[in-house]
Amino acid sequence: MASCGLEIPLRGYSYGTPLFLPPSEIARNQPIPDLLDKRLVIVTGKGGVGKTTVAVALGLRAASEGKRTIVCEVAAQENASRIFDHASVGFHEVEMEENLWSISIDPDESMREYVLLQLKVRAMRDMLFRSRIFNYLAAATPGLKELVTIGKIWELAQLDRKVKSGRKYDLVIVDAPATGHGVGFLQTPRTFASIARVGPIHSQAQQLDRFITDHEHTGTAIVALPEEMPVNESVSLERDLRDEVGVAVDRVYLNGLYPERFKKAEAEKLSALAENENGAPRAAARAALSEYGRAKSQRQQLSRLKKGVTAPVKTLPFLFEPELDVEAARKLAGKLG
Amino acid sequence: MASLHEVLDGKSICICAGSGGVGKTTTSAAIATGMAAQGLKVCVLTIDPAKRLADSLGLEELGNEARRVDPALIEEQGVEMKGELWAMMLDAKATFDELIARQAPDEESRDRVLNNRIYQQISSALAGSQEYMAMEKLFELHTEGEFDLLVLDTPPTRNALDFLDAPKRLTQFIEGKSLRVFMKPTGLAAKVTGRGVSVALGIFKKIVGFDLIADLAEFFNAFSGMVDGFQARAKRVNKLLADPETCFLVVCGPQGEPIDEAVYFHRKLVEAKLPFGGVIVNKVHYPADELKAEVEDLPAALADKLDDPNLAKRVADNFADYQALAERDARNIDHLANELRTSCVIRVPYLDEDVHDLHGLTEIDRYLFATAEERVEMAAGRA
Repeated sequence: MASCGLEIPLRGYSYGTPLFLPPSEIARNQPIPDLLDKRLVIVTGKGGVGKTTVAVALGLRAASEGKRTIVCEVAAQENASRIFDHASVGFHEVEMEENLWSISIDPDESMREYVLLQLKVRAMRDMLFRSRIFNYLAAATPGLKELVTIGKIWELAQLDRKVKSGRKYDLVIVDAPATGHGVGFLQTPRTFASIARVGPIHSQAQQLDRFITDHEHTGTAIVALPEEMPVNESVSLERDLRDEVGVAVDRVYLNGLYPERFKKAEAEKLSALAENENGAPRAAARAALSEYGRAKSQRQQLSRLKKGVTAPVKTLPFLFEPELDVEAARKLAGKLG
Repeated sequence: MASLHEVLDGKSICICAGSGGVGKTTTSAAIATGMAAQGLKVCVLTIDPAKRLADSLGLEELGNEARRVDPALIEEQGVEMKGELWAMMLDAKATFDELIARQAPDEESRDRVLNNRIYQQISSALAGSQEYMAMEKLFELHTEGEFDLLVLDTPPTRNALDFLDAPKRLTQFIEGKSLRVFMKPTGLAAKVTGRGVSVALGIFKKIVGFDLIADLAEFFNAFSGMVDGFQARAKRVNKLLADPETCFLVVCGPQGEPIDEAVYFHRKLVEAKLPFGGVIVNKVHYPADELKAEVEDLPAALADKLDDPNLAKRVADNFADYQALAERDARNIDHLANELRTSCVIRVPYLDEDVHDLHGLTEIDRYLFATAEERVEMAAGRA
């Protein structure tokens, strides 16, 4: 075991071995596997578009297909456990349903775990974390938190888990931070590799960057809403992910699409009703007209989105449910393409 | 119920805060437009890199300088513009660079900081630096006194705490007291601290690579002459945020999750002794409580009037769906008002068209700036 003092042999995550299957085992001209056949799926998009719901729906879908799946949250919000009506899961892999786990990746916990994996001696690690100077440095190093968070995601996706008695997952789904932060988050490994020019973290950061940009095993989905600005943002997000992070986008999910319940001629009939009536019939006619108008403008946004992005666009229906719970997510899971 | 005019009366700074995706940028722009129309000279600042504010104000682009919105564009919407509306998009990096240039004792120290790789990372990437620079710019504009009212659209932090802690975290980083002591070659480290520190430093160097530590040391050395100026400024910024002329508005949506976050954010404001003004709930489905009794027979009544039972059924189903959402919204907002113990909960309805231009902003202003009586009427009218 490692001795105390400065001469501790630092062990990185095993870099010598290939991450996944060696490239030769996958024929070059085969189509890129479907989203859920990847090892890692990153779900991103503007704030408030339903990223967590879509991430959970993808998880439910994969789990129902028999894939051992884990949904990871990275911003300590615990929105996923909220959907399952489950107590906070914290930095633990907690089973939500058959084949489906959830974890909230806390950067401080990830850092502790990472350092333990490096040092291999718990007492040593604990001493280090009691040291004010170490904590200061860890907090002061730009991007270190994001880096260890991505490191944990990588670790979860390994068939040969580094964490003792770690479960093997077929699929890891990440509920990534919102647009602006999301691009920066995914860029961290590359940025970090350029700051730390030498040392174990340099090669680890490079490895993580390769992991994120390995399109054979890592997929990305953008979640959007059928509104002007979310559509604009999704278009530029796809571009930034491609050009700045080097990630290819596999799907754009347009979430919350209203049904087209009424036709134009019917809307005209309802306009007359709204004008001439009072009370409930008038209110109902007005609600129908609102729905008609929104459904129509949403279809325009849908076609703008389709023109603006290169990835295939799939629509998800608006759910008229007071709260989005696991059953609502399950409904969406059935509609994911 | 207080109106937004009353809440903002005599205020010189209005900060819109809330989680992502609740319409903060739109709300900030609408507030600025509404207050400018009243006769004030108002500037709205956003740090959103998505250029949404520029889009909605009909400006090609926004830079680190305030630009005036053409009053004719607003008057086209049938709103009399008595004051002036200005807008700017904050460039956090440029603001940070300007700040360094101001605080640096000489050109050489300035360039040493600007060229340091750690600085380059913090000024653009470190969590909290955007938020801190937003406050800096706010402070600068406030000090210059060009505007009657500044409206700040805060960055979409998922965690409300981040936003309030940003100035403190950044100054702590820049001070780096404990670290600087240890990094001086003749410092106390060797004498007093003993093995623990050197071990910690050693391991850290091993993990992150030696040159990063060297860059940090270089950064702190280059920064050493500016720390005092920085601290003094940060103190004044914090004082400004707590000033009675500043007003924090919490923006949220009517679903359970944004409501919970608004409650949490309000608590943080109170704990930090920052002046809370009110809460704005966007995209509310207006209820039609008074019509509920009649709804039972609605399909029949509609079928009779429309002469189309199939259409009548769809209209009734649609209405029931909307009613369910409206009831949820009402429940959530009651809960919010109770938790916040505030009379100032302003509801903006879910409009038929999504808001992304000046027309939409003036439409929102009708609700934001409505008096209590007007609100009751509008709610009934929208049933």
